[in-house]
Amino acid sequence: MAKVLMKGNEAIAEAAIRAGCRAFYGYPITPQNEIPNYMALHLPERGGVYLQAESEVSAINMVYGAAGCGVRVMTSSSSPGISLKAEGISYIAAAELPCVIVNVMRCGPGLGGIHPSQGDYFQAVKGGGHGDYRLIVLAPGSVQEMADLTFEAFDLADKWRNPVMVLADGLLGQMMEPVEFIDREPQMVPKPWATTGAEGRKPNIINTLDIVPESLEKRNYALAEKYARIADEETRWQEYKIEDADLIIAAYGTSARAARSAVDMAREKGMRVGLIRPISLWPFPSAPFAEAADGTRQFLVVEMSMGQLIEDVRLAVNGRGVVHFINRLGGMVPTPPEIYSKIEAILQGGEVQ
Amino acid sequence: MMRVFERPESLTEKQMHYCPGCTHGIIHRLTAEAIDQLGIREKTIGVASVGCSVFAYDYFNCDMQQAAHGRAPAVATGIKRVLPDRVVFTYQGDGDLASIGTAEIVHAAARGENITVIFVNNAIYGMTSGQMAPTTLLGQKTTTTPRGRTVHDNGYPIRMSELLATLDGAAYIERVSTHDPKHVMQAGKAIKKAFTMQLEGRGFALVEVLSTCSVNWGLSPQEALEWMRDNMVPYYPLGVFKDVTREEEQA
Ligand SMILES: Cc1ncc(C[n+]2csc(CCOP(=O)(O)OP(=O)(O)O)c2C)c(N)n1
Repeated sequence: MAKVLMKGNEAIAEAAIRAGCRAFYGYPITPQNEIPNYMALHLPERGGVYLQAESEVSAINMVYGAAGCGVRVMTSSSSPGISLKAEGISYIAAAELPCVIVNVMRCGPGLGGIHPSQGDYFQAVKGGGHGDYRLIVLAPGSVQEMADLTFEAFDLADKWRNPVMVLADGLLGQMMEPVEFIDREPQMVPKPWATTGAEGRKPNIINTLDIVPESLEKRNYALAEKYARIADEETRWQEYKIEDADLIIAAYGTSARAARSAVDMAREKGMRVGLIRPISLWPFPSAPFAEAADGTRQFLVVEMSMGQLIEDVRLAVNGRGVVHFINRLGGMVPTPPEIYSKIEAILQGGEVQ
Repeated sequence: MMRVFERPESLTEKQMHYCPGCTHGIIHRLTAEAIDQLGIREKTIGVASVGCSVFAYDYFNCDMQQAAHGRAPAVATGIKRVLPDRVVFTYQGDGDLASIGTAEIVHAAARGENITVIFVNNAIYGMTSGQMAPTTLLGQKTTTTPRGRTVHDNGYPIRMSELLATLDGAAYIERVSTHDPKHVMQAGKAIKKAFTMQLEGRGFALVEVLSTCSVNWGLSPQEALEWMRDNMVPYYPLGVFKDVTREEEQA
């Protein structure tokens, strides 16, 4: 298939439709508006339902309803809207309903600004809503990955009966790059649990309430067991020039793009620097960091947030290497030269943490 | 011998947990009877809300989803839009529908969402031990209005049926009561009509059913029925507030 030039947000929407998404419920918010706009235009003519909800709270609960009927369904928003969806996301995870939630992050806290940020890392990977639950969180680093990971998000959601979040940011959402859509059928699975009308069978119930502690404890353990299997099978990352590296950068999404260029700049100057780019933020790829942390290497975390990704990197490194940090906030994006300077300071200036 | 009374097929055999004197059970039964009479059990999807009727998914013998507090109309919308040929209803209390879920119910009605809403107004938060509801009457004592609800502190109780009837998307809105057998019969008719409206694709239909909460009102079951008749019915007048079929006939 030929490549087409598209905005990241549009690539997400198109990939979702190709993945069999047949319902979209959303609420406008910058910088993700191209997603609902694209869906409103194209989804109805391709056999799906588009509906603008009265709020993000409603939108996510519409997703709950449609997901409970076994339909591939999606919602998208940006940071403040994801906060409003948090309650519904917890219910969807508890009811084990498959769906895809896109967060095209903007900067916060509060109303913040409309420029790109990675400030919702904790919200996405550590909870956000109440209770013990996990989202599968996928972090694209290009328009191509916006499409690929969205397509795969639907398959993963169905496979695990779990909500999947595509965590992008305003820069990836707005930038245009050539994209080629995955050329395969989505992996549809039977959903005998769905509420479609109890015709000739016992009623199905989609529910998250369980007031018997012994029973709810079991349910929590069953979820934990599922999350452990997801961690075994679905952890993804990309390595770049790490084999001989003295310094390994950790960065995802937009930060990773700048970090990769900085790695090349450093390599040209003869510094041995590499990059580990987490693609699944949950499950977090601890293994490559743990393996690399043999006591001889240093690490540098690059993020557009105030020390969020670094916590998972530190846990993985587990004290077997110094973990440095560089970030930008408020809609500012780290540049390759900035990161390069930091690399230089660490490797040549002997900067200690 | 002829059977004159039996459990509707649309109710399960599960024993209900409702307190003595509570009319949730009656309203469940009326809803189930309507579903039976219309022969739609196998294509009905119900949405339970949060409140004393939270376990409704155990009592209705049809596919059910349990929604977060106040969000049942959004969940029902999500269902109905992807399965337009199924029958979708919500069952909500007054805290659920008229307080935390006001946005959801107003917009479902405004969109003319083709769903049926059973709205149980007992003028109190039953499940959480008798706090003030948006429908609590002036002067009514609750655990959070221990000296009685005042306009000064809490404003006025909301008449949801009247409010929703102003919306063009609403096809049928009726308020009924359960304080005596005659009114229970009328409530049953209204609920059946609300499902019929959906089957005819007419849009949003809601029946507000005045209901008791004898335990949290601090009254005996009999006193509670009388209190409802003497205090709730005057503030919440019974009747049809919107009926597009009637408007059609008159036109
Ligand atoms: C988000 C959220 N807030 C509060 C509650 C606690 N809560 C449970 S039931 C209820 C009140 C329900 O009252 P109503 O809808 O009038 O139904 P009733 O119990 O009277 O039948 C509340 C506040 C909750 N479950 N979720």
